[in-house]
Amino acid sequence: MRFFKKITGSNLFYNFLRDPMAIGSATVLLFLIVASFGAPLFAPHNPYDQTTIDIMDAELPPIWTGAADADSRFLLGTDPQGRGMLSTMLYGMRVSVLIGVGAVVLQSLIGIIIGLIAGYKGGRLEALLMRLADVQLSFSTYMVAIFISAVFQGIFGMGVYSDYALGLLILVIGFAEWPQYARTVRASVMAEKNKEYVEAARVIGLPQWRIMFRHILPNTMTPVLVISTVQVANAIMSEAALSFIGLGMPPSQPSLGSLIKSGFDYIASGSWWISLFPGIALVVLILSINLLGDWLRDYLNPKLYKD
Amino acid sequence: MQKQEPLLSVRELSVAFKMRDCVLTAVDGVSFDLDRSQRLGLVGESGAGKSVTGFAIINLVSRPGYISGGQVFFEGRDLATFSEEEMRNIRGNRISMIFQDPMMTLNPVLTIGQQMIETLKAHRHISKHEAEKLALSKLQKVAIPSPEKRLTQYPHEFSGGMRQRIVIAIALLTSPSLIIADEPTTALDVTIQADIMELLLKLCEEEEMALLLITHDLAVVSQVAERIAVMYAGRIAELGSTEAIVNTPQHPYTQGLLKALPQKVERRKRLNQIPGNMPSLQERPPGCAFYDRCELRGEICHREIPRLEEKNGGLVACHMVKDAAGKEEK
Amino acid sequence: MSDFIEIKNLVKRFDISGGLLEEIRFKGGIHRKKTVVHALNGVSFGIKKGETVSVVGESGCGKSTLARCVIRIYRPESGEVLYNGTRVDNLSSSAIKPWRAKMQMVFQDPYASLNPRMTVYQTLLEPIRFHFPNVSRSEADDRVATVMKQVGVDPDWRKRYPHEFSGGQRQRISLARALAVKPEFIIADEPIAALDVSIQAQILNLFMDLQEEQGLTYLFISHDLSVVEHISNRVVVMYLGSLCEFAGTEQLYTDPKHPYTRALLSAIPRFGSEGFNHLRLPGDVPTPINLPTGCVFHGRCPHADERCRREVPALITAADGRVVACHGVEEGRLEWL
Repeated sequence: MRFFKKITGSNLFYNFLRDPMAIGSATVLLFLIVASFGAPLFAPHNPYDQTTIDIMDAELPPIWTGAADADSRFLLGTDPQGRGMLSTMLYGMRVSVLIGVGAVVLQSLIGIIIGLIAGYKGGRLEALLMRLADVQLSFSTYMVAIFISAVFQGIFGMGVYSDYALGLLILVIGFAEWPQYARTVRASVMAEKNKEYVEAARVIGLPQWRIMFRHILPNTMTPVLVISTVQVANAIMSEAALSFIGLGMPPSQPSLGSLIKSGFDYIASGSWWISLFPGIALVVLILSINLLGDWLRDYLNPKLYKD
Repeated sequence: MQKQEPLLSVRELSVAFKMRDCVLTAVDGVSFDLDRSQRLGLVGESGAGKSVTGFAIINLVSRPGYISGGQVFFEGRDLATFSEEEMRNIRGNRISMIFQDPMMTLNPVLTIGQQMIETLKAHRHISKHEAEKLALSKLQKVAIPSPEKRLTQYPHEFSGGMRQRIVIAIALLTSPSLIIADEPTTALDVTIQADIMELLLKLCEEEEMALLLITHDLAVVSQVAERIAVMYAGRIAELGSTEAIVNTPQHPYTQGLLKALPQKVERRKRLNQIPGNMPSLQERPPGCAFYDRCELRGEICHREIPRLEEKNGGLVACHMVKDAAGKEEK
Repeated sequence: MSDFIEIKNLVKRFDISGGLLEEIRFKGGIHRKKTVVHALNGVSFGIKKGETVSVVGESGCGKSTLARCVIRIYRPESGEVLYNGTRVDNLSSSAIKPWRAKMQMVFQDPYASLNPRMTVYQTLLEPIRFHFPNVSRSEADDRVATVMKQVGVDPDWRKRYPHEFSGGQRQRISLARALAVKPEFIIADEPIAALDVSIQAQILNLFMDLQEEQGLTYLFISHDLSVVEHISNRVVVMYLGSLCEFAGTEQLYTDPKHPYTRALLSAIPRFGSEGFNHLRLPGDVPTPINLPTGCVFHGRCPHADERCRREVPALITAADGRVVACHGVEEGRLEWL
């Protein structure tokens, strides 16, 4: 109860309530996340359960089109494998969000530790780590991901790949973007480490790791929070793009990206809904995250955000 | 003899800040007069409202602050009736400002010469050549060595003390009748502070300019100003001649403050300390703002805000100070 | 009585040339050029047990660097720091741990010197647990309450965060953190510069009270000459990384010898004195990157001669214990002033 009071009494909350854009995007985002993670509860079908899928139901249009083959069981129609679009999308969004958040957790872990060490230690170690980050950044995420996914699929075959796709995508996307965090954290560590409370900790004689993690790190979390929103959106986009070119999630456990891809082959034959609905869901998801991130950045000191 | 009309007359000036769920009064009914070529010091702790008062005089209170009451008369005219255009003509022309940070006035990407000529051209119809001549003479006045060369240099090529001299030279350009100096030497070292203050004092006397010196430093203000206004929590606590404030302060706050100065106390002895802190804007009491820290407080002090009244030859805002002249006390 | 803290010939330089690429110069062939700030150029003095020695000087004179070298936030290039006869400047970070509890520091900015994400309790408990790992939780809690009481902050406020306190109270908490490990020697770097006059008096009194109660020894860094005059036993005057004069407070303020000390003291704003009659120094303080040859003050000194431009003045100790680094004083040229 006290915690709740603390939140409702804070400036953040006050500012939030006065920004319709923030409220709107947060509501949409909350809705999408509840719907996707509650998919087993809300979704009319389970797209992972092979026994409920009938290939005869494939490519049925949404019910409101009034087409002769529209089926009342499938509100938004079905995909080429006969799975209900609505259920598949909800499950797919869960996969997308999972990969986005998972990749960002990995990115931030690597990036924060490297940025913290580089910023605090300085000197040669800093130069080495930050040049490493520059090298990493000069390969695009897609290039790294395409390379690793293709090699993995080539060596182990599609079957094994399907089993590990989720973890692999988190690893690939997570590893490709850590320099964003490293740079941001390093910049704010460099600002913090000369403050007197850090000197005071050194005068006490505390070991370096304790100064870094106990004193400096908590004070560099604001910009990390801000870039995290942008990074989650980016990671979801990356996953969708990889899936779209066939190097992401396999069709058996579709993400939003692989759903768009699976429908793409049928657009020419008039089955527009298979790509369109996941596409809209993806755009709405990304937009709501980015708008919320924008508001958060404007609220928190924007100066801290600069590299 | 008929008293001459004051150059600057501030009447019940109030400045408020509109916050999230309340309105905070930073300056609360401040009144004082400043005669031509007179020097008034406005002293107080940080948060006492002295800088805000300075900005309010030239109508430059930045949002969310606004002037919530009172008037400012400059050369007999109410500044509130001025248009923004007329106000601009007053600012930087008839009234010049000097800030603590010279870089608030100086543009880092323009040479000193460009900035001085620009200032002149904004306020005078004057040829470039004349403007340059005038700029040179002002730089000489503030004792900048080799001014011709200095005109072509950028602000970053000067030391802090030199920059503040240049700001003073720019302030002098339009021969203003009033200079408002807000903590002009706070960022400078003592030796340079003494140089700049001496220069400012000399120039005010030579050019017959009035000076409103806003500072937290009692010693500096006592060396420069003829009269001192002590501000506390948005109001003037005491206003009197420098001599009176230094030797016979009346308000308990002023008295406490002076006894807290190390210079006034024997070495290694404890300094007088006023307990507590100045109340913040949110927690101003209903009566006298000094009530919680005052030794002399009485019952009335808690209820009623004391008015700034003439007592014993000075102006004091305190219920407890008695007027020796025998005027009726309530 | 021998010196409790001895500072011998301390030298500190900062390399500000940045990375390799910024160091390369193409003037007359390619070579590396390092840009070095000479922050301290051989400063020596001693502090006796229980006294307050202040270091004064203008910004950039190296007084804060000196404080940080003595407490080993910086490692000096050369020179020695002795604590009660033991050399502490060359100890490894683990070997110095016992001395960390004896020497503590209070900083200038009350807003930056406390970790904004830690409560007062956490801030004060950390040094106690670190230096006395064997004390029980309740003993440590008692110690926190004791130091809070000593500095005049209500122990009931220990669960609060720094932003809930005023500047003066934060400075008290800073002092409590230093006192928590029961130090003997405290370095205070401009501890009252950011405070208002009435609060300054509170903190200065607190410093003096604590010294009396606990027999603390202070190294007090300040630019405020009136404050220094009030609280110090002896005063060090520094200019551009060098020691100019070191003498008893009374002696120094009534009869300064070094030309820079004279100029500095004459510029103190005197409450209640009208107008100015300070000694004016021509020119500006030179940059510590290109130190002047000879005496660092010669460019602004009205009494400088050929020898001052050429030769660095040594520290001369007079019969009365006063130390001056000036050729003019040594030769007796300035005695008549």
